[in-house]
Amino acid sequence: MQSRITAMFGRLRSEGRTALIPFVTAGDPSPDVTLPLMHRMVAAGADLIELGVPFSDPIADGPVIQRATERALHAGVRLRDVLDMVRAFRAEDSTTPVVLMGYLNPIEIMGAETFAAEAAAAGVDGALVVDVPPEEAAELAGLLRPQGLDLVYLLAPTSDAGRIARIGGVASGFVYYVAVKGVTGAGNLDIDAVAAKLAEIRARIPLPVGVGFGIKDGPSAARVARVADAVIVGSAIVQRVEDLMDQPARIPEAVADFLGELRAAIDGADTGGSGA
Amino acid sequence: MATVADDIQHRSAAEGAPSGYQYPDTSGHFGRYGGRFVPETLMHPLAELTDAYERYLKDPAFLAELDNDLRDYVGRPSPLYHAERWSRELGGAQIFLKREDLNHTGAHKVNNTVGQALLAKRMGKTRIIAETGAGQHGVASATVAARMGLECVVYMGEVDVARQQANVYRMRLLGAEVVSVKSGSRTLKDALNEAMRDWVTNVDNTFYIIGTVAGPHPYPAMVRDFQAVIGREARAQMLERAGRLPDVVMACVGGGSNAIGLFYPFIEDADVRMIGVEAGGEGILTGHHAAPLCAGKPGVLHGNRTYLMEDENGQIAETHSISAGLDYPGVGPEHAWLKDTGRAEYVAVNDDEALAAFHGLTRTEGIIPALETSHALAYAAKLAPTMRRDQTIVINLSGRGDKDMDTVARLDGIEL
Ligand SMILES: Cc1ncc(COP(=O)(O)O)c(C=O)c1O
Repeated sequence: MQSRITAMFGRLRSEGRTALIPFVTAGDPSPDVTLPLMHRMVAAGADLIELGVPFSDPIADGPVIQRATERALHAGVRLRDVLDMVRAFRAEDSTTPVVLMGYLNPIEIMGAETFAAEAAAAGVDGALVVDVPPEEAAELAGLLRPQGLDLVYLLAPTSDAGRIARIGGVASGFVYYVAVKGVTGAGNLDIDAVAAKLAEIRARIPLPVGVGFGIKDGPSAARVARVADAVIVGSAIVQRVEDLMDQPARIPEAVADFLGELRAAIDGADTGGSGA
Repeated sequence: MATVADDIQHRSAAEGAPSGYQYPDTSGHFGRYGGRFVPETLMHPLAELTDAYERYLKDPAFLAELDNDLRDYVGRPSPLYHAERWSRELGGAQIFLKREDLNHTGAHKVNNTVGQALLAKRMGKTRIIAETGAGQHGVASATVAARMGLECVVYMGEVDVARQQANVYRMRLLGAEVVSVKSGSRTLKDALNEAMRDWVTNVDNTFYIIGTVAGPHPYPAMVRDFQAVIGREARAQMLERAGRLPDVVMACVGGGSNAIGLFYPFIEDADVRMIGVEAGGEGILTGHHAAPLCAGKPGVLHGNRTYLMEDENGQIAETHSISAGLDYPGVGPEHAWLKDTGRAEYVAVNDDEALAAFHGLTRTEGIIPALETSHALAYAAKLAPTMRRDQTIVINLSGRGDKDMDTVARLDGIEL
């Protein structure tokens, strides 16, 4: 059976369109916001949802997502709660892929085997474990694969040809190119450098390539859409969540408005530009 | 004194022996511990660092420079002092103190920063970053940065900035920028998080000097190798002094660098007991402590798999210790391995026991130890009376207590 992730990218490819992948931290600012937010994001044009699993020591995250993580942890949200949210989401949406993004330790403590089984049962499609590079991934990947879950790998500006090939040998679903050296929410992306690196990646990895980090608005999304298979936006969305943390009922709508803007910019790039 | 070059040869000879202890493996693992659990961006820089480290550790010119710096700048070899009065008072084993407190900057930390800074220079890096808890590693990093004209940024948790003011001022005097970290529990682990984030961002020109045997490979091995000069000297000094090896070697364990530095050269001396002393805080049963080896479980933090203090959901727990330098929820992966294999033993002593030992050594020997070190002293005070008078314990006196005057005075109801 084809996975939801592969089906989604296949459909978009045949339509000549680039995917939009929003990231939100599960349970930010409170657990009851996440489910309606996920549905609204899909309605606003999200093709895949990346759901952040809160962890106390998020070394790859900048201040915006760090604060989101602290809010979610404060609200009591843990890995099991995130799985419950995905289960609830799947009750109404059987097609939009959901990838969990987080760090290894909560998975280790649950037990990677238990995690793989429960995540699959909840309707999760993949996991992006930020602190698990391919060198350390064999065990986890071996447990996720039989459950039909993809382990999504990161690539970075510092990944040389050897590393790209190595990741190409183990990756499934899609790969995630981190466009800037830095933490989430950092920096300004240099689109020429991104384009050059993507050419190098595509020469060695036959999977769709998503690009994230440094995409803040419509224009930067459009620039990335011209070279990537998916545009991944995190901190800029999470910042909007934070801005409305005292009026949580308004969060889904505000995020949907922003995604609408990104969607329009990406679609404009797809029809006008060289496309992905 | 044996030169570092000799020492390195000794070390590789020991490692090359068929029955020898050969950890980490080539991928940086100590059994199931250690490894490289970091974001992809750091994998290539870590590989570069590993290559450089392995190359320079065999480079006579590098080793000669390291030798010189350890002798003339750090003040090595450090003495091995027979604490006769304190031994007599305890009424058992003879206690020898390896005087790392007499090093430049007052702790063992500088052995490592001198080595890593030389490496940074060889690698063409112009900027140094470091994390610090007690401030000792921050001071030792700022010191070598000043000497080499390198830019230096030190990350320190807000809680530690408040309790180690004197060291914050020292770092600033030395020209370092001290960044007060306000995320998470605002202690050493959060300082490490922030330093990692800086490194990911500035990886081209920046060398991250990790202050203990934690972090991703090659740090646990590299920091151990730079600190192993402690144990090599102590081993030779004991043989010269007593004609035989000590019965016990003992050190406090925060991240574990002063402990592994002392232990490592004794690892194949099966008759030498190795005891690491963790911070029991207010008592292991209260949960307010910093003793992952005694009361934690394996997990992944800061780039390696090791014993951690964490809750049932894998969130890292807040720690407590009277000493900022031990206030860390993880521990170097090699200690996790030495614990599991039974080669080393790990125990914990509480804040009040450490404080009593602090006063004990100060009054009987005229040596004011760091509060971190006082944990090892406190366990020695329990163990020595159970041993014979002709037996010996070597304790790593990892640092001096000047930085702790405020903390201790406050406990006595005095504001300095
Ligand atoms: C004097 C002293 N001893 C021990 C430690 C603990 O570190 P480690 O366990 O790496 O030796 C510190 C840390 O700051 C210290 O300053």
